[in-house]
Amino acid sequence: MLVKKSRNRLLILFLFLLVLGSFTILIINTLKDNLLYFFTPTEIKNKEDIASNKILRIGGMVKKDSVRSSRSGVEFIITDFKNEIQVTFDGSLPNLFSEEKGVIAQGMLKDKEFFIADKVLAKHDENYMPPEIKKIEKK
Amino acid sequence: MALSGNIFLVITLLTTILILFESINQIIKSVASYKILDLLSKVQVTAIITSFLLLICAFIISDFSVINVYENSHTAKPLFYKISAAWGNHEGSLLLWINLLIFFAFIFFRSARKKNEENKYILWVLLFQNIIVLVFLLFLLISSNPFLELNPQPVEGLGLNPILQDPALAIHPPLLYVGFVGSSIYFSAALSSLVTQQNKRQFALSIKNYVFITWFFQTLGILAGSIWAYYELGWGGFWFWDPVENSSLMPWFAMNALAHSLIVLEKKNIYYHWSIILALMTFLLSVTGTFLVRSGILNSVHSFANDPTRGLFILLILFTLILISIFVFFRHEKENFLNNSHIKSREFFLLINNWLMVFFLAVVLIGTTYPIFLQVISDQLISVGPPYYNFLIVPFAIPMLLLMGLATKLSWNQNNSLLKKNHLAYLVLSFLVLIIINITIQNISFLSSVIFISAFFLIFQNLHEIVIFLKTKKTLMNYHFSHLGFALLILFIGLNHNFSREYNFNLTPGEKVDLDHYEIEFKNLQQTNRENYNVLVGNFLIQNKKTGKEKMFFPEIRLYNNPQTITYEADIATQVDLDLYLTMSNLPRSEFYSIKFQSKPFMLWIWVSVFLIALGLISKFFLRRYGKID
Repeated sequence: MLVKKSRNRLLILFLFLLVLGSFTILIINTLKDNLLYFFTPTEIKNKEDIASNKILRIGGMVKKDSVRSSRSGVEFIITDFKNEIQVTFDGSLPNLFSEEKGVIAQGMLKDKEFFIADKVLAKHDENYMPPEIKKIEKK
Repeated sequence: MALSGNIFLVITLLTTILILFESINQIIKSVASYKILDLLSKVQVTAIITSFLLLICAFIISDFSVINVYENSHTAKPLFYKISAAWGNHEGSLLLWINLLIFFAFIFFRSARKKNEENKYILWVLLFQNIIVLVFLLFLLISSNPFLELNPQPVEGLGLNPILQDPALAIHPPLLYVGFVGSSIYFSAALSSLVTQQNKRQFALSIKNYVFITWFFQTLGILAGSIWAYYELGWGGFWFWDPVENSSLMPWFAMNALAHSLIVLEKKNIYYHWSIILALMTFLLSVTGTFLVRSGILNSVHSFANDPTRGLFILLILFTLILISIFVFFRHEKENFLNNSHIKSREFFLLINNWLMVFFLAVVLIGTTYPIFLQVISDQLISVGPPYYNFLIVPFAIPMLLLMGLATKLSWNQNNSLLKKNHLAYLVLSFLVLIIINITIQNISFLSSVIFISAFFLIFQNLHEIVIFLKTKKTLMNYHFSHLGFALLILFIGLNHNFSREYNFNLTPGEKVDLDHYEIEFKNLQQTNRENYNVLVGNFLIQNKKTGKEKMFFPEIRLYNNPQTITYEADIATQVDLDLYLTMSNLPRSEFYSIKFQSKPFMLWIWVSVFLIALGLISKFFLRRYGKID
């Protein structure tokens, strides 16, 4: 009886650890698959291995006089004052999107100069500036 | 105004210190005479509330000699937003935070004495709570005093970010704060209970009401935030897994787990240490969450991290405490968790709730904080996409719904039969409804189908119980409403997810566009001036091609002056079965306007379901007179 009980407990403990372990692996794996990396145009330019089929984020300022729109969508240039990248987007732009303000585009790279966004984010703060730009301006 | 505000803050500080001395004194001498403490706590609560009212007054009369008012208000702002601006900024919200800390201490002190709780326990709670008050009060006075004076007094204020000028967002922080700060009282109670070696069951009885009340406010706070995000951010979504949202959701999970484990503690006198851990964790998560949001450290969809190293310190404390709790848990509660011989008892099912909640909490915590750690370690900026959360959380709604349906029919302690005959009926009914949806509307993915079946299962079960209650007036558990609300929430989110449609296109005034079920005509644009902004109003005629019904929509582009900002206001037609959502934004140097049109079914019901969850949490306070309430 006693043996059976302790064997039972061992089994439960084992199951418990198994479940805990598998959930940890599940969380870590899902996390790894869903990380969105953030780059500046300069980082994109200097990067050797650009995966064109991976979703990523590009941040910087919307270049002055760069926004062009047509019936099908919007095009604009994201700049970090060193390098630029052309972005196309066919959704609707968020509140507070404007030229010479900070912006984040999420989507995929076509090549190092061309980015197809499926989401555009701007911050809800009139003094907003992406941290990279701040860093650049400080230098 | 600034001077009197400061005076009341100092009075609060002094009484807080006196309460600390007095309670320590009484603990050491092990006497309990509440006369002095009673007086002190009355002075304390009056002083802090007065100081907060003074701040609100300063905002109402636009007293720009107070820096805080100058920075966050403007004479042209509507009265309502002048008032809400008082807690819309960092200093004011911290003052509100302290108000609530003291208020909860005051309420606890009064009601615990009425309930004849152990004197030592009350004194220790008072002691711990006032230590928390002292810490925040010092922080307020030293680094973020809302009553700093500005000399000479400027004539006009800087204004409040127009996006924050919104009724839902005005009430959102106070609601959330009641939840966040209210959890401090069971934090203090948990520590006090550990110190005084109080009767374990007594602890559950002592804090139970506070848990449910704070959980209620937390739920409403999250709801208000979601509603705001839905109509203000212009994307038509209501939940983004944004770190800011996550930090309000984490304490919610902890409260949920705590409420369930307290039920077991009260009935079975087990899971005591586990409940203590959850009580401590709830407040810690609230504090870290608020801190991270308010200091702008969190990397969010609409904000970017300022300096992650500041947040790292707080996060390290949080994670150390989590490790300590895991250690405490394994020391004290392992037996209860491993030695459960009655797998089919209610306490075991409540335990599963706790595991699920801890799992959700871990998922959200890791997803929210990992980017901060990574940025500090490797300078690499990342964010965690919503698919991470959806993938890890959505599938687990299925076992949760099903187990919720089974658990409430089980009795305590014994190994009774798991499936009641009713359960089979509910399940069959759920299948039928799903088949009807599939045939009449459209095919649904496998995962969604299973979620719908489990949601219907729980809905039918709870509806049945509520019908029985209405007939017999015999027994009703408060959880029936919350569980029903939860099942409905999952159902409507699922339907919304499956049947939402979104169209993006660019139009110039005078043009028409033809979509699947709708025809949209951009008639013209009007420019007008309003109280504190200029506005471009678009006139759109939307016709439903099936029914022929027509409706005008008026989305806006607003130009605020103080501070200068452009915002897009969606026009939303809320109907019983679906919302039509139209936003218009302008594009630089172009005659085109970017239009986003969405049809989103059952939005209203998503809000109603959350409200039902919240209502269920406090239903026991007004349902008590109808028969037995558990």
